[in-house]
Amino acid sequence: MIFSGLDLTIPQGRITAIMGPSGTGKTTLLRMITGQLAPASGDVRVAGQSVPGLPREQLYQLRRRMGMLFQNGALLTDLDVFENIAFPLREHTRLPERLVRHVVLTKLQMVGLRGAARLMPAELSGGMARRVAMARAMVLDPELLLYDEPFSGLDPISLGVILRLIRRNNDTLGLTSVVVSHDVEEIAQIADFCYLISGGRVVAAGTPAELGSSDDPLVAQFMSGAADGPVPFHYPAEDYRKELLGGG
Amino acid sequence: MVAEPPGFFAGLFRSLVRGIAKLGAAVLFLGDILRSSPYALRRPRLLAEQVHNTGVLSLVIIMTSAFFVGMVLGLQGFDALARLRQEDLLGAVVALTLLKELGPVVTALLFAGRAGTAIASEIGLMRATDQLSAMEVMAVNPVGRIVAPRFIGGVIALPLLAAIFSCIGIFGAWFIGVAVLGVDNGAFWTQMQEFVSTEDVREGVVKSIVFGIAASLIATFEGYNCPPTAEGVGMATTRTVVTTAIVVLILTYIITALLL
Repeated sequence: MIFSGLDLTIPQGRITAIMGPSGTGKTTLLRMITGQLAPASGDVRVAGQSVPGLPREQLYQLRRRMGMLFQNGALLTDLDVFENIAFPLREHTRLPERLVRHVVLTKLQMVGLRGAARLMPAELSGGMARRVAMARAMVLDPELLLYDEPFSGLDPISLGVILRLIRRNNDTLGLTSVVVSHDVEEIAQIADFCYLISGGRVVAAGTPAELGSSDDPLVAQFMSGAADGPVPFHYPAEDYRKELLGGG
Repeated sequence: MVAEPPGFFAGLFRSLVRGIAKLGAAVLFLGDILRSSPYALRRPRLLAEQVHNTGVLSLVIIMTSAFFVGMVLGLQGFDALARLRQEDLLGAVVALTLLKELGPVVTALLFAGRAGTAIASEIGLMRATDQLSAMEVMAVNPVGRIVAPRFIGGVIALPLLAAIFSCIGIFGAWFIGVAVLGVDNGAFWTQMQEFVSTEDVREGVVKSIVFGIAASLIATFEGYNCPPTAEGVGMATTRTVVTTAIVVLILTYIITALLL
């Protein structure tokens, strides 16, 4: 069981952060929003529709209104940058080639990688791959954009770029954004609202400032990054002294 | 540690149940592929690419192996037939062996090693790097976009490869038998015409189509369902070769028994 009694609402037009220690099922939560995983009980509603019960055709219709940025970009390795971004357009629309080119170049310009259009995914740095994936997630002009750990493993410059892009996309395109992350400082800069998940349920909710000044020990430990606290430093184990002296 | 007899049988029973469950999953997967294949058939470029990957890129290994298999058949066949003073039958014996059995079977085994592993590891890596998930989120069915073209490509390519294998094999046997060992050229070909019937060719064609379906299904199934780790992808490629080899050898016996 990953979640139990989990209840959260994503406000429209805002950036909502979902935070929590590693292994709390944050990615699982995103996969339930996209309908790749179904909850054993309970409901997931997106744009008024119940995702778990949707037949494939309608689920695919709903997914066209969402974009998702995967942890490592998940670019299609046999296509170059341009074709990766053109992929959703070619699959779902019958736009003439001239228009496809136009749309793709516009999106690439937004993430600053128009010059990289003909590179292959293997030639990109981690930060560039994530920006390309961001352009791809936005190419069908989604209403909801999901980010899975967008900051992990980036150098400070790439990280700043991604942060700015998430904020700017959300505000200029009128998107609803959900950012799953455990990078507290980064999230605090851009999120309008935060949920802190631990042990399968929401333990705290509020603006980054509210969470930062919380006196709940778990929230305080997470926000300050203390090694020990309600989330123990040690993985559950038998008594240290007994195990060392017990031989084996 | 040696397992206790009850444990041994329980283990055997469990692997049997697992095997049957896997067979069922593979059949469901085949249904999924067939339902998604209209998507692939509407995109001939994707199909052509996969026929190229599985077929054209396997040509060198198929042709080289075929030539040597044919030469061995020529040598062994000549040696055996010479003891019966029936060297003239070499052409017929070699052609029957290749067309009915060795052509389709050896081609399927080589196909599993060359194209099957490539398919399994490619799809497995796509799974491991979230590319299949990304497609799903982009509302593109990965079974239609990735699996079906590779499956259909394999089903088209394997019978063609098997036909090429048999032709080159016969040429190899001709080279050893006629050009080197001195079997009469006219006898080699007329005896072949005399004894090889359309039914014999048909048996080979049926086998190569069935093997094409089996080998392509196993490769795509193992790749698509592999654990998303480096170890998982490695295991999927190994299982592709092992399972294809066993399944092809079982199938060839069943088809032979049914058609003879």
